[in-house]
Amino acid sequence: MPDLSINFAGIKSPNPFWLASAPPTNSGYQVMKAFDAGWGGAVWKTLGVPVVNVSSRYGSVDYRDKRMMGFNNIELISDRPLADNLREIEEVKKRFPHHAVIASLMVQSRQEWHDIVRDAENAGSDGIELNFGCPHGMCERGMGSAVGQEPEVLQTIVEWVMEVARIPVIVKLTPNISDITEPAMAARRGGANAISLINTIQSIVGVDLDLFAPYPIVDGKGSNGGYCGPAVKPIALNMVKNCAQHPDVRLPISGIGGIETWRDAVEHILLGASSVQVCTAAMHYGFGIIREMTSGLEQYMSEKGFRTIDDMVGRALPNVKHWEDLNLKYKVTAHINPDKCIGCQLCYTACEDGAHQAIKLNAGTRIPEIIDENCVGCNLCSLVCPVEQCITMERRDDGTQHQTWKERTAADDIPVTFNDERAGGLHHWVPEPAAALGKEKHKTLPGKARQYQEVVVTE
Amino acid sequence: MAEYATPTTEQEFAENFAQLKPLMSNSEALLESSRCLFCFDAPCIKACPSGIDIPLFIRQINSGNATGAARTIYEANYFGNACGKVCPTEVLCEGSCVYTATGAKPIEIGRLQSHATRQVIDQGKHLFQPGAPTGFRVAVIGAGPAGISCACELRKLGHEVEVFEAKSKPSGLTLYGVAPYKITNEETLAEMAYLEAQFGFRVHYNHAISTRPDLEKLEQAYDVIFLGIGLGHTSSLGLPGEDRENCVGAVEFIEQLRIRQEQTTVGRKVIVLGGGNTAMDAASESARLGAEKVVLAYRRGKEEMGAYEFEYDLAKGVGVQGLFNVAPLEIVGNGKVEGVKFVRTATLNGQVQTVPGSEFVEACDMVIKATGQAKQTSFLSLIPELQVDGKGRIVFNPNTGQTTNPRYFASGDAANGGAEVVNAAAEAKAAAHGIHQYLTKSHLSS
Ligand SMILES: Cc1cc2nc3c(=O)[nH]c(=O)nc-3n(C[C@H](O)[C@H](O)[C@H](O)COP(=O)(O)OP(=O)(O)OC[C@H]3O[C@@H](n4cnc5c(N)ncnc54)[C@H](O)[C@@H]3O)c2cc1C
Ligand SMILES: Cc1cc2nc3c(=O)[nH]c(=O)nc-3n(C[C@H](O)[C@H](O)[C@H](O)COP(=O)(O)O)c2cc1C
Ligand code: SF4
Ligand code: SF4
Ligand code: SF4
Repeated sequence: MPDLSINFAGIKSPNPFWLASAPPTNSGYQVMKAFDAGWGGAVWKTLGVPVVNVSSRYGSVDYRDKRMMGFNNIELISDRPLADNLREIEEVKKRFPHHAVIASLMVQSRQEWHDIVRDAENAGSDGIELNFGCPHGMCERGMGSAVGQEPEVLQTIVEWVMEVARIPVIVKLTPNISDITEPAMAARRGGANAISLINTIQSIVGVDLDLFAPYPIVDGKGSNGGYCGPAVKPIALNMVKNCAQHPDVRLPISGIGGIETWRDAVEHILLGASSVQVCTAAMHYGFGIIREMTSGLEQYMSEKGFRTIDDMVGRALPNVKHWEDLNLKYKVTAHINPDKCIGCQLCYTACEDGAHQAIKLNAGTRIPEIIDENCVGCNLCSLVCPVEQCITMERRDDGTQHQTWKERTAADDIPVTFNDERAGGLHHWVPEPAAALGKEKHKTLPGKARQYQEVVVTE
Repeated sequence: MAEYATPTTEQEFAENFAQLKPLMSNSEALLESSRCLFCFDAPCIKACPSGIDIPLFIRQINSGNATGAARTIYEANYFGNACGKVCPTEVLCEGSCVYTATGAKPIEIGRLQSHATRQVIDQGKHLFQPGAPTGFRVAVIGAGPAGISCACELRKLGHEVEVFEAKSKPSGLTLYGVAPYKITNEETLAEMAYLEAQFGFRVHYNHAISTRPDLEKLEQAYDVIFLGIGLGHTSSLGLPGEDRENCVGAVEFIEQLRIRQEQTTVGRKVIVLGGGNTAMDAASESARLGAEKVVLAYRRGKEEMGAYEFEYDLAKGVGVQGLFNVAPLEIVGNGKVEGVKFVRTATLNGQVQTVPGSEFVEACDMVIKATGQAKQTSFLSLIPELQVDGKGRIVFNPNTGQTTNPRYFASGDAANGGAEVVNAAAEAKAAAHGIHQYLTKSHLSS
């Protein structure tokens, strides 16, 4: 049995799954319920200056019938009294001494920071998370992402916190910045023990076509909000990787952003996270999803022979390279398995219109054929194919050669002028432009257009 | 044991004849339309006799444009809702959906189609209007799928159209023939009213064209005459006792059922003669009307029946029993039907032969003959130069609908010998274009 427990910058927890600071951690009731369900830790909904919220607060990006592919909110930090929150933290810790309770904090002055850090510690919190991320409402008041976007201000505040903190301090980073490693390094300089990322991304999730207002709509108006949910995972993974690979960051990372299944969590971990946090998925499906997450993680670890979470942290990092270090000699082309093909011809139209005209149709069959010479191995067809493992990318080079752009640059062997013989696409075949006109009209304008082609009557 | 109690109220009738393809809710339509792959040169389109751009209308539903979806459907087929409900989709669009090759359920194209069209019908959202008047006049005989479709398209092209219909309601066998669990009378007529309101053709009901003078009047008053007359009554079997009380034709029985609904009477023990789709329908309908026992008797083996497999399954599902390899010899009884005398058959080299000495009587109190519809050959013989083929079908050019009498055009069952609503709708639309060409003489040849 693999061991799921972690020690994240000194914060211990029975598994790496924490609830992120957000509505699911708004109260002691919710956090106890989550721990009961199997969550390893919870970052309490951010405590700090008093706020007032609006209604409604959330918007969603739906994809076809799938709800909440992306989610945004214009909510602020906790609007419950500080004293109630602190009392409930204490109660939860008494009941769940081995689970991680982290207090998320956001205030303004040095004195306020000192006071609230002490309050959180006295309540029994295992750690503190500094919310420098909220992209709406709080930043206008000089907090949240207004701090996260200014590495120097961030460092100063971390230093204030470290003056009094006796428990581990995590700095939560905003993605609304061009280089995530800048605030990460500032956190390190300020003496923080760990970072967590990402907070939500500034966004407008949609516009009401009748009311001409962005979602969510508050009395006919809307505002930009913070974007999260499955859609943001790719952005989060890249930022986690950037922090994990940067030689001057060197802090434990709590990965956040788009985690809904054990797979998403493993991806964050393989790119350097040593704990993960979840918000949208818990808001969508409730705390019960933890069972799938822990069992999937356990199964994966057993199959791969990982005994502890630490065994896997950052395992994919050595394979994340700069583009210039990739092997230019490696060649794949698409291959269609005719036994699996169902004849939807999505690969054909994708390659024909959206790639390199490297797939053709033959009379008498719906199964398309790859034109090997034209295939650049871009992958598009295999991505659009609805059948599992029907289009595979097959290796065509013999594996003996290796050459990167960096090596070619060093050897002074890169294309430098237009029409340079060494440029990639120079001899790649493309059809004559005019060959496009009228091509397959009868297939792309179906229905009535197909029907009345030749009408010849007798007088 | 009968599976169904005899329905005595409208409500009970609706329950016994519950719709096989009920209206999809918006949520269901969103879920189902999300599955469609938007295939290139989609096989479902090619399998649809009216060539509806299926992936397009499904995508329109999915993106919240059901009105646009309805337009896509109606542009190809004026019986959009009817076809969504009554088409044998299992062997047409849905049967060719690429999903069938994965073992997954095909997209429920028919129900999605009705989902979109019912919205515009119910909301009275008009999508079409008549074309600029051309001054040409066309008489349409028959207000079935062929006649109405032809009338709509001709009006769109600007020609004046008057429809002459023998019955009191439009839509032909869609109303008087199709099984009630496939489509309700209300929705059939609602679609007809919806079309009529947009295109403004005139229908003269209870106005059969049956004599040479009737035809002459039309020939004088109209530039072109379109024949959408369908088929005729159930063919007679030529068996002794066929005239006994309670020995009825399937088409006539079903017509009564569609009109009288729960007031239709059915025998306690019914024998249906035939192996086609109409036989399956009549057998299912008898069972749903509360008959205690329904026997489907067919001359050959089960596999040789002309009916679609799913239609037979449907009949079996409501308790219909099959009696195969038997040929009826006589309808026995004393005034009323009391049974059918059969002889067993065997098929030798493709030929059905009776087995001597194997005669037996199967008792019953009702016989439904589902042995095909007769052609309207005597009426057709009143039209000069009009040829019919050896099977009684009007000889016509399927691309134009034109018959051997250049001023007469035809489509639907009368020309194709009996197919589906969708065939009639599609052929008649093509015929309207043939008529248009003929009238405007923009493209002539012989
Ligand atoms: C029992 C049964 C079940 C069926 N089930 C289905 C099904 O489930 N799905 C499906 O797609 N198809 C089904 N069909 C077939 C379908 O109904 C027909 O293919 C379709 O209705 C043909 O349309 P039509 O316009 O050619 O003829 P019809 O629908 O027969 O319409 C002809 C019209 O012309 C009128 N008419 C005829 N002669 C004259 C005249 N001389 N003067 C004035 N009016 C006249 C008739 O009263 C009728 O209204 C079924 C058919 C039957 C018999
Ligand atoms: C409604 C809502 C409120 C949030 N409030 C806070 C907050 O108070 N403090 C904080 O640090 N992050 C807050 N977040 C950001 C989440 O903690 C998390 O960083 C983000 O949602 C990405 O994770 P996910 O993709 O799992 O949702 C909030 C997110 C949502 C959806
Ligand atoms: S890999 Fe790209 S270029 Fe090759 S066939 Fe597929 S889509 Fe076309
Ligand atoms: S996308 Fe896949 S299933 Fe569809 S035609 Fe291409 S290979 Fe076949
Ligand atoms: S074949 Fe099926 S999946 Fe493809 S477009 Fe038609 S309905 Fe959609």
